[in-house]
Amino acid sequence: MGSNLIDALFIFMLAAFIGFEVIRRVSPLLHTPLMSLTNALDAIAVVGAIVLVGERRSTVSTVLGTIAIVAATSNVVGGFLITDRMLKMFKSSRPGKDRAPSSGSKA
Amino acid sequence: MTPLTSQTLIEVLYLIASILFILSLKWLSSPSTARHGVLAGEIGMVIAIGGTLLRHGIVDYKWIAISLVLGTIVGVPLGMVQMTAVPQRTALSHAFGALCVTLVGTSEFYLRSPDVPRFTMSVLAIEVILGSLTFTGSLMAAGKLQEVLPQRPITYKGQNFVNLALLAVAIAIAAYIVVNPAARTLFPAMIGIPLVFGVLMIIPIGGADMPTVISLLNSYAGLSAAAMGFVLDSKLLIIAGALDGSSGFILSVIMSKAMNRSFTNVLFGAFGQVQPAASAGQEVRAVRTASAEEAAAILSAANKVVVVPGYGMAVAQAQHKVRELYDALTKRGVEVRFAIHPVAGRMPGHMNVLLAEADIPYDALVEMDDINGDFPQTDVALVVGANDVTNPAARTDPGSPIYGMPILDVHKARTVMVIKRSMSPGFAGIDNPLYYMDRTLMLFGDAKGFVNNIVREFSGNHG
Repeated sequence: MGSNLIDALFIFMLAAFIGFEVIRRVSPLLHTPLMSLTNALDAIAVVGAIVLVGERRSTVSTVLGTIAIVAATSNVVGGFLITDRMLKMFKSSRPGKDRAPSSGSKA
Repeated sequence: MTPLTSQTLIEVLYLIASILFILSLKWLSSPSTARHGVLAGEIGMVIAIGGTLLRHGIVDYKWIAISLVLGTIVGVPLGMVQMTAVPQRTALSHAFGALCVTLVGTSEFYLRSPDVPRFTMSVLAIEVILGSLTFTGSLMAAGKLQEVLPQRPITYKGQNFVNLALLAVAIAIAAYIVVNPAARTLFPAMIGIPLVFGVLMIIPIGGADMPTVISLLNSYAGLSAAAMGFVLDSKLLIIAGALDGSSGFILSVIMSKAMNRSFTNVLFGAFGQVQPAASAGQEVRAVRTASAEEAAAILSAANKVVVVPGYGMAVAQAQHKVRELYDALTKRGVEVRFAIHPVAGRMPGHMNVLLAEADIPYDALVEMDDINGDFPQTDVALVVGANDVTNPAARTDPGSPIYGMPILDVHKARTVMVIKRSMSPGFAGIDNPLYYMDRTLMLFGDAKGFVNNIVREFSGNHG
């Protein structure tokens, strides 16, 4: 138990550092997609709710867990969807340089 | 498969998911790789959920399946909202994330109590307190952004005292439950008080502070998920929560720096009410105005134009007309760029998304620090729906409530044109000396209509 706790704190600390270093490099251009993407990733909390519902431990926990899965799944689906929609819109004025040609290149 | 090997398999799947989540954020650093990032995140999510379903203890799949389908039905429309509505959608999804965390934490408490070790109970308390205040706080923020709630900050005497006292009571109850985990009847109070606090916390916050507040709520949502990871002993959840929490924290810092304010000032300051006196003793000052025809003539004679978009542009839905203006000017060989203030819009990076949606290439969008040095060489600065972020009083007038806030140096451009509906002050209620300068021309009208008129002047000249 004690070592689990210490392990967990180490993991949290390392992940927070990675988060700072990685996210510092995200261009301000993409801060809105960043927020919707981290929001979708954060909805991984759904796994906790799935376990809660799946183990069928009490009626209350099944009901609360079911609502929790609905809430988190909507974040997963909606978050990835809107992030991708936003990123699709970002185009460079130098066509071909940044992305594989999806349609005909602009004249 | 024996329980032990399936347990190992699940841990390996979670490890892969964690790697994919980190790569997902790493690839977001550049627009060219960003969409790979979304894909990596999606794959990681599918692997993690799939791995969870393999767990030995799971006996009931019916409600899992039903709720996954329901969540998808709710999620798809939330992923298809208009780009102007992205801030309220984001706030709503913070609320959903926090709701999930709070509900799971509540169930865990009632299943485990009274047998909860102190450390677990402490993080569980952090989980549900942060979760429940983020839930109602984010709902309030979404309501204000969607304009179903009044956007003006609402303040009353002793507000900060009431809020802090509530929070202190919630923490005291949490401390008591940590020591006495059998106190099941007190648990609802530990959720109820932060729920009320979440509402009260957002009531005094106005529209212009929303970027900071959304970022802060993002950070809380991440931290509460990480706390849930501690409670459930889930490394994956700790990692995802830490990533989300640090992302929200970084954005909060950037946003509050861009407004020259501290977190506490945003949360306890209530901007809009600061200075009723300033507008009271004001004489009517003269401004110079211009018509669309004159504006078009000035723009076509320019070599370098910088457009300064603000939230007013989004409200007027003028971004597509601005794009037509961009096209018309670029075709004539005029260099057109867009100056983006970090807090333009209602959430971090909002203005970039709106302009990208209108098909304006992202390399024409320039951040404040990179473009400020270029304003003296700029022939025309065209302000569309931005106000406080162009207010030179922030640099020159120590008495101004926004003194010290970083601004776009629009006033240094050779000619300044401001499209504005009327002379009414901005969200912060502060008068803008930019409008009274000799080199400034006010273009009165609706942003969309006025830009359209300018564009029509161009197409008219060339048949």
